[in-house]
Amino acid sequence: MTSILQSDTAPKPATPTLLERGNSLLDRVRRKADEGLLYLGGLSDLAVQTVQQFIRGPIDRAIVIAQFDQIGVRSLSIVAITSLFIGMVLALQTAYSLSDFGGSLFIGKVVSLSLIRELAPVLMALMVGGRVGAGIAAELGTMKVTEQIDALRALATNPVRKLVVPRVLATTIMMPLLTTLACFIGILGGLIIAVGSLHLSSNFYIRSVIETVKYNDLASGIGKTFFFGFAIGLIACHNGLSTTGGADGVGRSTTATVVTASITVLIMDFFLTKLFLFLF
Amino acid sequence: MTESTIVADRRAEPRQTPDRRTHVRDLFVEFRGVNKAYGTKQVLRGADLKVYRGEVLVILGGSGSGKSVTLRHMLGLEAPDTGRVIVEDEDITDHPEEELYRVRKKFGMLFQSGALFDSMTVFENIAFPLREHAEMSEEEIGRAVREKLGLVNLPNSEQLMPVDLSGGMRKRVGLARSIVLDPKMILYDEPTTGLDPITAHKINELIIDLQSKLNVTSVVVTHDIQSAFSVGDRIAFLNEGVFEWVGTMEEARNADHPVLREFLKASAVTAAQPTH
Repeated sequence: MTSILQSDTAPKPATPTLLERGNSLLDRVRRKADEGLLYLGGLSDLAVQTVQQFIRGPIDRAIVIAQFDQIGVRSLSIVAITSLFIGMVLALQTAYSLSDFGGSLFIGKVVSLSLIRELAPVLMALMVGGRVGAGIAAELGTMKVTEQIDALRALATNPVRKLVVPRVLATTIMMPLLTTLACFIGILGGLIIAVGSLHLSSNFYIRSVIETVKYNDLASGIGKTFFFGFAIGLIACHNGLSTTGGADGVGRSTTATVVTASITVLIMDFFLTKLFLFLF
Repeated sequence: MTESTIVADRRAEPRQTPDRRTHVRDLFVEFRGVNKAYGTKQVLRGADLKVYRGEVLVILGGSGSGKSVTLRHMLGLEAPDTGRVIVEDEDITDHPEEELYRVRKKFGMLFQSGALFDSMTVFENIAFPLREHAEMSEEEIGRAVREKLGLVNLPNSEQLMPVDLSGGMRKRVGLARSIVLDPKMILYDEPTTGLDPITAHKINELIIDLQSKLNVTSVVVTHDIQSAFSVGDRIAFLNEGVFEWVGTMEEARNADHPVLREFLKASAVTAAQPTH
């Protein structure tokens, strides 16, 4: 249908042939693949630099402690609330779905194993990753667009050593600690439901938890979180440092960090679970 | 009315350029055929430039002409696509980042926005380079910070946060930070942009004052003609990525380069407009 602004005599735009459409689609796929590879290359490069700078030092202890506070201590409330309710919901769902098989007797086992092996590590990585990752990306992104990163370089200071190493170190160390705490609070949430709603004795629930959880469950569950923490810190720092385009760019980096970190955590979870099942 | 009468040198006694003083032209920074493109946008097209020790070189040019990119190349914050950048007889073009840190200690840079670290106080901002690179006690650092704050006329502002500072104060703190390691060369990126005329005048005076007190080499990037003629010994006119005209301030007033003449004339007319 011709537009009302288009005269009848105007030449009609040529409809692209199937081959042209195919080529254009191929170009777009190639461009996206290039962008993806460049992103992965940038991340790998930053990971290598981070490890190098960490080894080379010196690392400013005050900055690292400030990051522990920012990333760890200030995430305590979100971790406590999330894990308490996950534990309670898990207890309720277990009792409901296994009611035909006397499900309430398995609550301690199911809650503790699901939390320690899978739910606490992944959900904490998603929750804390969202909060911390967005914060880091916004902070470094703002520094980038206001020339503070250039100022650091101009003052002969390595931004990776000064900014990235403390943040990645803090996420890598804090994530397992927060997850461990989340496991305890989640199991406590299960206990509240087991005792309050399902009228089990607290002794029975706690014994069931202790008998169920083995060291390999802890190693697998908590072990994964070191990798999650490292990935979240690295992605957030990379996105922050590659921010361009003012406030709009900072917004885009922040959103991209939350999305990329979440997807990365879920994909890594699969491969790490396979690895830990193989190892333990 | 000619440009020379409109664009008056505001200093009482025009300073002599170092080459006139010493008859020796000691090169500090040299650009040899520098090309730089960002994506499809070619910013520098074979730029050649020489900065001599002890002078104040003003890089003049319109918005987007590549002035700030030139400064970034001097510091090694950007590497040229082709061409060479020489600093004190050392070709820094292919230096890795770690090696550039040594070269950057020769420079102090005042960024357009000041680029103060907004999580730190004024004191911490200025003390930052000392804590990073100088082995000094906290007492010595405190003394050095207060001395530099005195030089930029900002005493008793140590505990303020960058967010509490006005545009002019931010630039002065940025300047104090850039000179705290006693660099050989100071780079000023648009030092008067965004400031009211009185503050801009104070910043110009500060540049002249620092030049005489610290005996450094300076490169000032600006599109502010008044500022250029206030502080500069020589002008390098950057147009479409090439230094099309380089000469002294006197020569600039009588230059026959059409774009430079147009630039000076337009700026002079703007400066001469009555304010309402």
